[in-house]
Amino acid sequence: MSMVSKVLPLPLHSVTLLIVWLALNASIGLGHILLGTALGIIIPLLCKPLRMPEAPVKRPLKVISYIAIVAKDILVANVQVALLVVGPMRNIKPGFVAVPLDLPNIFPITVLASTVTMTPGTVSCEISSDKKWLYVHVLNMPDDEQEIIDFIKQRYEARIKEIFAC
Amino acid sequence: MSFAAELTISLLLILGGVFILVGSFGLLRLKDLYVRLHAPTKATTLGLGGVLAGSMVYMFDLQGYATIKEILITVFLVITAPVTAHILAKVAMHHQVKTMDRTRNKEHVEQAREQLPPHQDSEQSTKYGQE
Repeated sequence: MSMVSKVLPLPLHSVTLLIVWLALNASIGLGHILLGTALGIIIPLLCKPLRMPEAPVKRPLKVISYIAIVAKDILVANVQVALLVVGPMRNIKPGFVAVPLDLPNIFPITVLASTVTMTPGTVSCEISSDKKWLYVHVLNMPDDEQEIIDFIKQRYEARIKEIFAC
Repeated sequence: MSFAAELTISLLLILGGVFILVGSFGLLRLKDLYVRLHAPTKATTLGLGGVLAGSMVYMFDLQGYATIKEILITVFLVITAPVTAHILAKVAMHHQVKTMDRTRNKEHVEQAREQLPPHQDSEQSTKYGQE
């Protein structure tokens, strides 16, 4: 058993890598299965030391609805930003906002920061070392910056909290 | 190839092309690095998505089955684009890149660079802008 866990420290990742490799090559030939298996063994071995302890996903179903919401927001974000870029420059009112974070673990914070970057008019810039504040650059700042903070907290952070049950 | 397929592919390619063009145009037009970051991270996602969807329809029409390669590429893009943007913004803060004059809450840059929490009072004083 320990032998197996030594060769395959992250079995789920190994299987995912094999599937992704086969999908990328769109083939299930013996050669690709062998190559995919080799990659599935070597890459996790190399990545094992880099891993951080991460919070497990407690509510997998919520992940699907979260992805749907974010996908929709990405579409909206694309159109909004495209219009702002093409439109008159005076419409662009940039600013920085510090969003107080309420997530205990580094993985949920990463998910939130990435979501913030992909969604309307916001890019995450930096996280305070105590993991309590996320600095966000806003492309089109409303007069009251609390609006942005509430939007991020209610729309994304609350859902991420549910997913990781933290 | 049927006309319907050709039309769909063309529309998807044009849509993708327009968004990628707007993203690149934004790089040229916007005034400071932080604002520029917005254009390539967002506009390009849909642009590349359009091109990849076009590629998917083309492959489906050509081979009779869909490849999920394109979906995988989109997933990788969505995962990696924010990381790049985040690192670029971080580097910009350390290099003290100039911000647009009307950027609000500039004092956050000083705090963010050192990964410190924001000054509590600054939140209040700038809450209602100075425009």
